[in-house]
Amino acid sequence: MTGLVSATTARSGVASATTTLQKRRSRTSATDRALLVVPLVLYLAFTLVPFYWMLLFAFRPAGSTALVPWPITFDNFATVWNGSGFGIYFQNSIIVAVASLVVSTVIALLGGYALARFPFRGKALFVLAMLCTQFIPGAMMLIPLFQIFNGLGLTDNLWSLIISDTVFHLPLSLVLMAGFIRNVPMELEEAAWVDGCSRVDAFRLVILPLLRPGIVAVGSFAFISAWNNFLFAIMFLSSQDQFTIPVGLSYLLGEFGTDFGALAAGGVIAIVPVVVIFAYVQRFLVQGLSAGAVKG
Amino acid sequence: MTSSILTRSPLSEAPTRRRAPATRWYPYLLIAPAALLVLVFLVYPVGSVFYYSLQHYNITQPWADGFAGLDNFIAMGQDPLFWRSLVFTGQWVLVEVALQFVLGLGLALLINQTFVGRAVVRSLVFSPWAVSGILTTTIWILIYNPSTGVGRYLAEVGLVPFGTSLLSGAGTTFWAVILAELWKGAPFFAILILADLQSVRTELYEAAEVDGAGRIRKFASITWPHIRSAVVIATLLRAVWEFNNVDLLYTLTGGGPAGSTTTLPLYVAQTAIHDRDFGYGSALTVVAFIILTVFSVVYLRVNRFGRDDA
Repeated sequence: MTGLVSATTARSGVASATTTLQKRRSRTSATDRALLVVPLVLYLAFTLVPFYWMLLFAFRPAGSTALVPWPITFDNFATVWNGSGFGIYFQNSIIVAVASLVVSTVIALLGGYALARFPFRGKALFVLAMLCTQFIPGAMMLIPLFQIFNGLGLTDNLWSLIISDTVFHLPLSLVLMAGFIRNVPMELEEAAWVDGCSRVDAFRLVILPLLRPGIVAVGSFAFISAWNNFLFAIMFLSSQDQFTIPVGLSYLLGEFGTDFGALAAGGVIAIVPVVVIFAYVQRFLVQGLSAGAVKG
Repeated sequence: MTSSILTRSPLSEAPTRRRAPATRWYPYLLIAPAALLVLVFLVYPVGSVFYYSLQHYNITQPWADGFAGLDNFIAMGQDPLFWRSLVFTGQWVLVEVALQFVLGLGLALLINQTFVGRAVVRSLVFSPWAVSGILTTTIWILIYNPSTGVGRYLAEVGLVPFGTSLLSGAGTTFWAVILAELWKGAPFFAILILADLQSVRTELYEAAEVDGAGRIRKFASITWPHIRSAVVIATLLRAVWEFNNVDLLYTLTGGGPAGSTTTLPLYVAQTAIHDRDFGYGSALTVVAFIILTVFSVVYLRVNRFGRDDA
């Protein structure tokens, strides 16, 4: 009897909880929406208005103060591309970023495979050392790296940038790559060995194709970081035909009576490759970067 | 004979992992290129900074080069710009990270909800992460410049006098720089927290709703405990990164007006790039390195890094 009563009360309790829940949901849904939409729209504006501002200046005729770039003009692009040498800078930046991407990705594949697939003495120490390097400020390396490149005869040479960008990004690439390789099931590789593949063949034929998204992600991060590097470029490069885009931008900024239209056009040129790559890698940002990233 | 057949039989190997023909030194060979590059171009340079910090070494005054003892450090103690840069570094890191925490956490909580067009919104709000420091400067110079930037529109409605430069006015410079870096840095803070936020089990929220928990209660009892460690890590990472951040300040204010926005690493960069005083610059670097090491040790303690699966 008592049991029956308590069961009924319990059931009615559940029922009333469900109804209040439904009520609360319908009642608060308007508030919920507002609490989501209003801050989101405000934040989107904070993010996008600065981008729009740059596009506006880049495509607007000189002297105009209109808030829409109309009539649209490409004069500013012609000015920076030909007059300020951004054509050459763009080429140099591409060389540096692609070379840094290739070198760091290949080395990260080798090292990442070792970390993911072998137990070995000193592994924890190696990983720790790799992560510690991420705390070294770029500014701190300016003087000693300049000394080294001076000794090697590589100052004012794109190789100084390729090497320093690669080294700075390599530890992150390596740790990320180890994570991607670890996600490829060991059994697939073992099956290939059973079928008579050597370790190298198994890596090439089984792991590498499955690793493609990881390689693209790691390579893209390397590209972006090399493409964006300013400090090493301004320290190591001195002649204009070696400049990269960030150095070119800093010279436009430093000019007396800056031509804002040209500056904005230079900025748009600098941002295009990054936007294209970002559209692809942003899917990996949350999982990949939070796992191993230190730099932002 | 019998034993060799036995060891080769697949049955005896089934419980253990099959081993590929590899030798002990295989992993070392694989990490060698990375280790070598890092040793030559990161570890050795860090060491050489300590050596140069005890030298008079200025490219523009080669006749005065030589052993300096602690001269550079003594000079540093009497250098007002050094002390000023220390104070500003503290202010910069503290304010920037605190604001990135508030905005980044809020942003992560917003993006974590389900709504139409979430993927697009997510990539849009994260996009400043991929923008370089110098490009951030470019964008915000276009906004802050007195002749065609927002200052002009503010002046037109009578809020400020015409020709006001937000980047050189007393009081506005600090916040102008903070805002520009916030634009770039807050998304990264959100990225670091979002992964953890996505792993909260939704049943917990449903159970809490049944128990009548409100929005604040759910955040305090479920969300916050779950993301707390991620927030600790993200905060420290951002602090280290904002400490090291030179590009933006170097190009946006050049450390000015009158050294008021010069951080210690920026001071190092200016000493290296403009003055070419490598001895003094190295001494400044050593101090920056010591500060950062203390930071890193705290960070490693909190995070217990270096585990095998790191």
